[in-house]
Amino acid sequence: MTTQKAGDIVSGYKYGWHDPEFKPVNEVKKGLDAGVVAQISEIKNEPQWMREFRQRSLQHFESKPMPNGAFWGGNIENYDLDFNDIYYYVKPMEGQGRTWDEVPEEIKRTFDKLGIPEAERKFLAGVGAQYDSEVVYHKIREDLEKLGVIFVDMDTGLREHEDLVRQYFGTVVPPADNKFAALNSAVWSGGSFVYVPAGVKVDIPLQAYFRINTENMGQFERTLIIAEEGSYVHYVEGCTAPTYSNDSLHSAVVEIIVKKGARVRYTTIQNWSNNVYNLVTKRAMAYQDAVMEWVDGNLGSKLTMKYPSVYLMEPGAHGEILSLAFAGPGQHQDAGGKIVHVAPNTTSTIISKSISRGGGRTSYRGLLKVHEGAKNVKSTVRCDALLLDQDSRSDTYPVMEIDEEQVNIGHEATVSKVGDEQLFYLQSRGIDETEATKMIVNGFVEPIVKELPMEYAIELNRLIELQMEGSVG
Amino acid sequence: MTDGAVMQVEGLEVSVEGKQILNGVDLTVPAGEVHAIMGPNGSGKSTLANTLMGHPHYDVTAGRILLKGHDITHLPPNERAQRGMFLAMQYPTSIPGVTMVNFLRAAMKAVQGKDMPVREFRERLKEALEILKMDESFARRYVNEGFSGGEKKRAEVLQMSLLRPVMAVMDETDSGLDIDALRTVAEGINALRSPETGILLITHYQRILNYVTPDHIHVLYRGKIVRSGGRELATELEEKGYDWITNAIDAEEGVLSGATESEDA
Repeated sequence: MTTQKAGDIVSGYKYGWHDPEFKPVNEVKKGLDAGVVAQISEIKNEPQWMREFRQRSLQHFESKPMPNGAFWGGNIENYDLDFNDIYYYVKPMEGQGRTWDEVPEEIKRTFDKLGIPEAERKFLAGVGAQYDSEVVYHKIREDLEKLGVIFVDMDTGLREHEDLVRQYFGTVVPPADNKFAALNSAVWSGGSFVYVPAGVKVDIPLQAYFRINTENMGQFERTLIIAEEGSYVHYVEGCTAPTYSNDSLHSAVVEIIVKKGARVRYTTIQNWSNNVYNLVTKRAMAYQDAVMEWVDGNLGSKLTMKYPSVYLMEPGAHGEILSLAFAGPGQHQDAGGKIVHVAPNTTSTIISKSISRGGGRTSYRGLLKVHEGAKNVKSTVRCDALLLDQDSRSDTYPVMEIDEEQVNIGHEATVSKVGDEQLFYLQSRGIDETEATKMIVNGFVEPIVKELPMEYAIELNRLIELQMEGSVG
Repeated sequence: MTDGAVMQVEGLEVSVEGKQILNGVDLTVPAGEVHAIMGPNGSGKSTLANTLMGHPHYDVTAGRILLKGHDITHLPPNERAQRGMFLAMQYPTSIPGVTMVNFLRAAMKAVQGKDMPVREFRERLKEALEILKMDESFARRYVNEGFSGGEKKRAEVLQMSLLRPVMAVMDETDSGLDIDALRTVAEGINALRSPETGILLITHYQRILNYVTPDHIHVLYRGKIVRSGGRELATELEEKGYDWITNAIDAEEGVLSGATESEDA
């Protein structure tokens, strides 16, 4: 790769185009009140219980204080996030395209830039592509349908599988959980609904692409995954966002239920542009002998607050969180994970890797909780931070609440700088400083990258290289 | 300049954090020769090695370094490597997450200026591993991560044999090796010997010189080369110890000016 100056990168942000010809239809007015929420329900023609759920959630949102860092999370009070200056619902087109031909041209152009058609051809697992608030294109491979696997956008899920949705929606992340979960519950749109019947193992990753494309529009997708007994699914979420001058808000909720002996892996690579607030609540409940794995990569954004959680509800359950964060200039990645051992004989691992450069800030925030009576719990937490220069910052906030004595807990944290000795070593073998720094960073993230599907591993390495340009000299 | 010299060091003065360590080193390594630099701890041996490679912590305050007649005194380490300089380090650092094979490939590409075909690269790697009696699985491990002392030294020689430098500086490559490992490493060094190549062995002990025969031996003391001679100098040092030379120098100078306590800065 040829060398580029930092300024070129900012102006040439890879995914920062904006399609000027595209005009959203059915726009709901800016700001948030009971009328806006009712209008969203009306447009979607929702059942009464969901209308009530949204209104109840709005009340929770209004009554809850902003997270201020005192109890959990980054200090969002310090940011001038104005909830009244955001569109909470934008519908890009009428209905949904079932096939590629039915998708409007200007939307296709955007997808082309993201490589969606190739991805669809390649993986054929059905592409849930979120364009503004509505999923416009969704296709499921036929044999997935034959297996009884449901993989649709959340709105379709609610229409076509109302009983299932009603049974589980909001049970893992209740609206009252936190201010942003309440916000999402009030105005959610899109996201994925995935149902895997007992014993079914989905052998290819289910992939969804998300995209924000209306200035000042919040994106509030809602994903619900139910893995029945003995099933397996790997869900992959990748996000890119265009660059805008005004702030954008992304506040998603992901709920996952992993039943007895089932295994779910949820992989995210998010690359938000530098003005996006990325405030996401992700949580999974794992039952007997179930395995839940979060692989969570966060790049870009202005402020990210994201702590994928696993509640280990029954004996034999295992939870795993691999978290990767990269903070550049003006960015704060407040990421980590939470594991709650409710039952005995449960195990967990958290591995967090963070990189800061150019004055960027990363925080590892982790919770490890062991309930009284949860004997023979084993847990390992490891967080490593890498600082690329003097101006960058990294903090660790590991919280442990252990109410049981018979446990085995390991915790290790390191903060390192890209050392002169490492650079000298690589340079003494002919490798220039820029390449050497990239090698060190790529080596640092290798334990996470090797867990990703190949094409995502390549994309992640490429994104990191992009972030690294101009970081040397 | 001396005809056919691979490396010339002229009046080299070096300081670390403001403290002068080298006080005017003069040294010429002609093509095809092996020179050894010996000296007691703290004499400036590692400072010389790191300075030749361009470590940023070492400030050259006077003098210059020529590689095949080109002044490289102020070039960054990677450009020195591209011109054929190599340093086998005394304490090689680890690079977690980067495999030896990827690292070696990147290094060879950087030094040769072009990518080598995969098949050719694999063959050369295999060959080099065999000479150094290293298992092929070695290439899949992360650079120096969890390597034993002996493995680190072998890995340095492995890199040297793949990069084929014109001037190789070996900084105490023999220390901490058992006799078998020492023989193997010596074989790797001898394999590099050619009419075009210069080798500088920096060592505290003369042991390795039983396996790699030097053309010249220099004694470094208090940042200067105080004696030079042939193979017999090493034998004499082994019999009499360094005191034999250092006492004489100290007596000449009268006071301990500019002596250094540590060289591993």
